[in-house]
Amino acid sequence: MSEQAVVTHAPHGAHEAHHHEELGFWRKYVFSVDHKVIGIQYGVTGLLFLLFGFSLMMLMRWQLAYPGAALPLIGRIVGEARMPGGTIVPEFYNELGAMHGTIMVFLGVVPLAVGGFGNFVLPLQIGAPDMAFPKLNMASYWFFFLGGVTMLASFAAPGGAAQSGWTSYTPLSVIAGSGQTWWLVGMIFLITSSLLGAVNFITTTIQLRAKGLTFMRFPFFVWAQFVTAFLLLLAFPPLEAAGVMQLMDRVAGTSFFLPSGLVVSGQVIQRAGGGNPLLWQHLFWFLAHPEVYVLILPAMGIVAEVIANNTRKPLWGYRTMVYSVIFLGFMSFIVWAHHMFMTGMGTAMAAFFQTTTMIISIPSVAILTSLIISLWGGSIRYNTPMLFALAFLPMFGIGGLTGLPLGLNVADIPLHDTYYVIAHFHYVVAPGTIFALFAGIYYWFPKATGRKMNEMLGAIHFAGSFVCMNIVFMPMFLVGLAGVSRRLFDGGATYSFSQPVLHLNVVSSWGAWTLALFQIPFIFNFFWSIWKGEKTDANPWQATTMEWAAPSPPPHGNFLETPEAHRGPYEYSVSGASKDYVLQSEA
Amino acid sequence: MEIPYAVEVRRDTGLINGKIGIWLFLASEVMLFGALFASYILIRTGSPSWPRGDTMLDVRLATFNTLVLISSSVTMVMAWASLMRHRFETFRMYMGATILLGLVFLIVKYFEYSAHIHEGAVPSTNNFLAIYYTLTGLHMLHVAGGMAVNAYFWGPGAKLWKTNPEWFTNRVEHSGLFWHFVDLVWIFLFPTLYLL
Repeated sequence: MSEQAVVTHAPHGAHEAHHHEELGFWRKYVFSVDHKVIGIQYGVTGLLFLLFGFSLMMLMRWQLAYPGAALPLIGRIVGEARMPGGTIVPEFYNELGAMHGTIMVFLGVVPLAVGGFGNFVLPLQIGAPDMAFPKLNMASYWFFFLGGVTMLASFAAPGGAAQSGWTSYTPLSVIAGSGQTWWLVGMIFLITSSLLGAVNFITTTIQLRAKGLTFMRFPFFVWAQFVTAFLLLLAFPPLEAAGVMQLMDRVAGTSFFLPSGLVVSGQVIQRAGGGNPLLWQHLFWFLAHPEVYVLILPAMGIVAEVIANNTRKPLWGYRTMVYSVIFLGFMSFIVWAHHMFMTGMGTAMAAFFQTTTMIISIPSVAILTSLIISLWGGSIRYNTPMLFALAFLPMFGIGGLTGLPLGLNVADIPLHDTYYVIAHFHYVVAPGTIFALFAGIYYWFPKATGRKMNEMLGAIHFAGSFVCMNIVFMPMFLVGLAGVSRRLFDGGATYSFSQPVLHLNVVSSWGAWTLALFQIPFIFNFFWSIWKGEKTDANPWQATTMEWAAPSPPPHGNFLETPEAHRGPYEYSVSGASKDYVLQSEA
Repeated sequence: MEIPYAVEVRRDTGLINGKIGIWLFLASEVMLFGALFASYILIRTGSPSWPRGDTMLDVRLATFNTLVLISSSVTMVMAWASLMRHRFETFRMYMGATILLGLVFLIVKYFEYSAHIHEGAVPSTNNFLAIYYTLTGLHMLHVAGGMAVNAYFWGPGAKLWKTNPEWFTNRVEHSGLFWHFVDLVWIFLFPTLYLL
């Protein structure tokens, strides 16, 4: 621990003498309790899982574009059991589908957005020396790691990994192969991890914010993470309960989700029965709808930071955005059954849930509109983070607006479980959230390493990703509107009604593979810039929030002097000031 | 490095970190058990027949266990109160009693479980037993977890009393909050499973 790092808010009692010894390699980089190291651990692990989940999808895209065709080379690597002669067997396709969804959501985006950016940026932005419970923070990462290992190991289980979709709908998942048990155990680890993280984030935000940093002086990113933590805290435990019950069904032979007289492969199964398959769906979506906001709110937070910084203006409608994000968090708990209109829930229930769904779109639109209006009249700097942040706005807009028909009971019925749904939520998460995450990586990279990423490579990465993302997902709207169901192993090749749109599957697939090529400049840039990037000072973007008051990279303990907040978060272009930005901690 | 407000109260919130942390954790626990109770209601109301708890389970043993857990909550408060009065030896006694009462609870539960299993009443028999084993099993895990934490404060964790008594007292208080929660869950479980 460095000398400068020991300055904290209120030292008390002589019994806690400061340690000055250098930490060894393991304590410093592996089992670290420093929120910045843990944040980077989360971020790098999340990025690796994103790449892995993306690879699974690229295999699926081969089968969808050229059903039944042998895939050269890669087919041989995967092995005879899953790809005999290089063609994908249906069971393997199901594995890929279930694990792509699980990995992207629970092991990729959330760890990167919450575990990575939340851990690294939030304590810095509120002027804290670390998280409130550093050891818990470390435990949170390692539970996540265990969950990830369990999920990966499940590919080696007899019969392969989980095959019942990322939603694991019952009763299918109860009678599925042993990979599903691994999936459930992995989920319990991941839930434990996010629970510990959520407790830590909320406590840190309330307790460790700097003197003078009132709630209405929080950068929007802090608000987004704060609300996200509440969603994780309260929405995940019901899924844990559901996971325990499904585990009981699979391991102890109970019938929580198995109805009486269930027929499997022409035979009535020997179970007590009396369970309710829909109970799983309710508990699952009670988590998974708030989870949608866990995916999107941190992204909105990142975009807000980048936009304010690069328009050199305060955010337009900061208060509106804050109230919207709180309202959004609350409402996200009472919209879950709009994922279940197809279950025949009855018009009264459907009317309730479609009404709440329409209401929840209001705060989302308010936030997006505020961000768009924030651009008005700004002298915009088009650096890489800003390019990604700007692309987020229309991409998330497309994703959000195409969700409206799905929120209405009547319109949802023909669209449900088609490629339209796939296109809708991927627009929210892939060119939406993931673009915001890229913006965040380019934006905070100098804080983490003291060096900037290369702008030229960044621009190539952005342009290629932006075009390819749209080539991948835009055709899916048409495929879905033509009625092609989302989980078909051959992309609809066997149905006559899908013939006119089948060629679009090929377009999407080539878009996906090209998208992969455009990630190479990013990967190269990332590693190259760690050692060779342009050196920067503490505040290379001339930003106002407090993380830029700490040195780059910040030492253990973060700030050289305990910071105090003296003003709001976005004091750009204040008239009469000597420069066009004033740090929040500047007296 | 030292984390602020681990021991001394932050003036504007009036709280220490651990107190917020434990209450947030308990909020998530409420959601966990809440989901299981909700599932119980849904499965019970959707099933054509449902046994009364007292025809399947031993109400006398459960009543005894209810008294045991309530007593352990009392001893837990006494343990914390002893620390507030700086009586460390009394704390040791009450904390020890709390742990022993938790142990009695688990032993009684063990006899209940083994009697059921001996009669062939296992989780797969019917959904009443399925929810009974799931809820009580999860509750027992919580009892065991609480006992482990209390045992730590009774044994090796008590060293903190010598260096920072205030911090130690806070920790025992937070552990106590969890213990009361575990007790409270049982007070809901007992009538739901044994009497209704």
